[in-house]
Amino acid sequence: MFAVQMQGIVKRFGGLVANDGIDFELKVGEIHALLGENGAGKTTLMRILYGLYTPDEGEILIGGKPVRIHSPRDAIRAGIGMVTQHFTLVPTLTVAENITLGESGSLLDLQQIETKVEALSGRLGIPVKAGTPVGQLSVGEQQRVEILKALARHARVLILDEPTAVLVPQEVQALFEVLDRLRREGISVVFISHKLHEVMTVCDRVTVLRDGRAVGTVEKSQTTPSELARLMVGRETFGVHRQGERPSTGVLLRVEGLNVKSRKGAVGLHHLSFEVQAGEVLGVAGVSGNGQAELGEVLSGMLQPESGRIWVGTQEVTGASPAELTRAGVGRIPEDRHASLVGELSVADNLVLDQLEHFSRHGVLDRNAVRRNAERLIAEYQIKALPETPIRTLSGGNMQKVLLARSLSRNPLVVIASQPTRGLDVGATDYVRGRLLEQRARGAAVLLISEDLDEIFALADRIAVLFEGKLMGILNTREATVEQIGLMMAGTPLKRSSVKEADRG
Amino acid sequence: MVKFRLERVSAPLWFRPLIPLIALLVTFLLTTLLVLWAGADPLKVYYYFLIAPLSSRVALIEVLVKSTPLLLTGASVAFAFSAGYWNIGAEGQLYAGAMAGAWLGMFLGGVSPVAGIPLMMAGGFLAGAVWAFGPAILKTRLNVDEVVTTLLLNSVILFLVSYLLNGPWRSPVSMWPQSPEIAQGAHYFRLLPRARLHFGFVVGLAVIVIEWFVLQHTPLGLRMRAVGLGKKAAQFAGLNVNRTMLVAALISGGIAGLAGVGEVAGIHFHLIESISDGLGYSGIIIATLGGLHPFGVGLAAFFIGLIDTGAQSLSRALGVPVYLGTVVQAILLLVTLSLFVLQNYRLRRA
Repeated sequence: MFAVQMQGIVKRFGGLVANDGIDFELKVGEIHALLGENGAGKTTLMRILYGLYTPDEGEILIGGKPVRIHSPRDAIRAGIGMVTQHFTLVPTLTVAENITLGESGSLLDLQQIETKVEALSGRLGIPVKAGTPVGQLSVGEQQRVEILKALARHARVLILDEPTAVLVPQEVQALFEVLDRLRREGISVVFISHKLHEVMTVCDRVTVLRDGRAVGTVEKSQTTPSELARLMVGRETFGVHRQGERPSTGVLLRVEGLNVKSRKGAVGLHHLSFEVQAGEVLGVAGVSGNGQAELGEVLSGMLQPESGRIWVGTQEVTGASPAELTRAGVGRIPEDRHASLVGELSVADNLVLDQLEHFSRHGVLDRNAVRRNAERLIAEYQIKALPETPIRTLSGGNMQKVLLARSLSRNPLVVIASQPTRGLDVGATDYVRGRLLEQRARGAAVLLISEDLDEIFALADRIAVLFEGKLMGILNTREATVEQIGLMMAGTPLKRSSVKEADRG
Repeated sequence: MVKFRLERVSAPLWFRPLIPLIALLVTFLLTTLLVLWAGADPLKVYYYFLIAPLSSRVALIEVLVKSTPLLLTGASVAFAFSAGYWNIGAEGQLYAGAMAGAWLGMFLGGVSPVAGIPLMMAGGFLAGAVWAFGPAILKTRLNVDEVVTTLLLNSVILFLVSYLLNGPWRSPVSMWPQSPEIAQGAHYFRLLPRARLHFGFVVGLAVIVIEWFVLQHTPLGLRMRAVGLGKKAAQFAGLNVNRTMLVAALISGGIAGLAGVGEVAGIHFHLIESISDGLGYSGIIIATLGGLHPFGVGLAAFFIGLIDTGAQSLSRALGVPVYLGTVVQAILLLVTLSLFVLQNYRLRRA
């Protein structure tokens, strides 16, 4: 008996195919995980079910009957509720008021509403304080209010989009207990996640998405974390691969005991130590949100570490500003390329922004030199633009080429590349990877932070795995298996004896 | 029933220069009712607003006189805004410049204008920068919102001026609270015979040109624009965002200070409480209308000067309140701002 059947769902955004013919079936009273990397299409699929997107192709059946869902209103009427990572609660209103908000009806009788809400929370075993303003509740309690809100509208299907991302471990446990109770009430839950251990703990069945396709649905009892990891990341070959090994000529990047305070919604970094040799690519793998963004920002000078030390060559650069890092020989390819270029300024201006002192004389910009520099780099890096083209009109691939040109044209000693091919098409991806390997061949130390395991395996000489801001170990790529890396990504540290760099403290 | 939906589409580049013209048209359509209500003929009103001030030498010169401080406050605001520093305090910085001018002017007896005028300008610029320093340092060190601090300081300096004019600086020979006349050597010279157009107009034009050169052709200008258009990208490229904003804020204050000096040294020759009467706030309108481009600011200053002059001759000729001009200005600003936002949307048939 299926609560929901989605058949052949296709959703395109411009040239990008987010859902490529996905079949998904949700049984009545099961907790079903949608597992996959960032960008695999999990959230898109569920947004279609909740009426936030309209599918380009495919059909949705609820209780066996075909339905058309054009808006969340239709979805709610069909008994579907969704709780996103960003809550839609009004902090100054009470729990009861929030739960009834948006329900049609005439005058509100607060007393009656509170009684109703308390009855509901008692029946479902989801404790909430009906009269408290939502702003005074913890994140976990707010999430419970969101769930109750959906159930108060008679939802039989509950979609939770990465519900544990915002919770502390104790709250995660409480959430799992709530989900267990809902299952016994016959409510079906879709649990969107990329965390293997959570999926293994709470779910009955798992559907794995990769690159917009469903690559398999398995019973939890018949699978293992490493099988799920393999399904998640897959193994496909790309055109660009590293060639041969280079004899080491010394350490160019050294990080010792790096700590970064965890900020709101982020894990921080905990006692990270590693080295990158000249002519080597060190890949940093991990499921997104495990400290990769922080590592990239710290090594780019955008975030200051709490403690620990960083060297480039023999020069210590702990606490250096972005300008000082550039001068010390660090080429930085940022994770968020849109926020790292000035969209309204031209390609030529953006290309000189980090070295204006070389393009001005007596306090006046040498416009000819700026233009010649742009023409040279545009030709060399095959950027499809004119020097005076505003950056914001460029494609993601061309923006990335501008950033590559700006940092790599100075022959940096160390290259920090954060998610360098995320969101790029195949051609641009191969191009960027080729350029990074060129840096390796030139003798630079390349730190490649990527959530794309194929990319890590294709480019990296050694692979480090981050989990919750901690290093799970570093492996030689030749000796590494996807299963092993998958387990480390899920939080199993590499055995202490086999790696000396890992867990130094 | 035909249904429409709103889509976000960037406006084509050729559309931007048309915005002021469209804004003007829409504003006139919107204010027609108001004009009719005031008991006047709309066509006549717009004639007095736009054409009459341009049709006689006296009126045209008056437009330029009115534009003089507006060129400077507009340039001041546009300079700060270009770096993403929201200086709402040009009004106060103008008063600081005017105070410095009035004070220096008292001591310049017997000094030649060749020395006196540069001294007045330097003093006014410095005073404006000093008045801008507090909010700027609070913003760059402690991230205190400069919109609030610069705005509040405008009232503070008005009280200070009021105190000085009713106390220590009060002219002994005047019935009104005003400072003593400044020395002859501190006067800005007249540009034309029998007209009060003064050297400050040249200063205004020069500042506009210099500001254009700085923004377009110096590393400082490029840094400022990068910070103003993308703080994080500027920081990532290694620019010192805070220092750039601080420099922009101080220069912006200095330019507003120059506007104050001009009013003292070119028009009144003493300090009075109402020396500005909103010139600094008009600067915000002008900077916005001009799209933060110095040449656009120049045109917008001239345009607002025109409307100001027109509003006065209008009220004399047709007997409508002078405030009609203010209302038109305000509506024009709202319409222009709306167009800047709305240009990125299209209505499509659903």
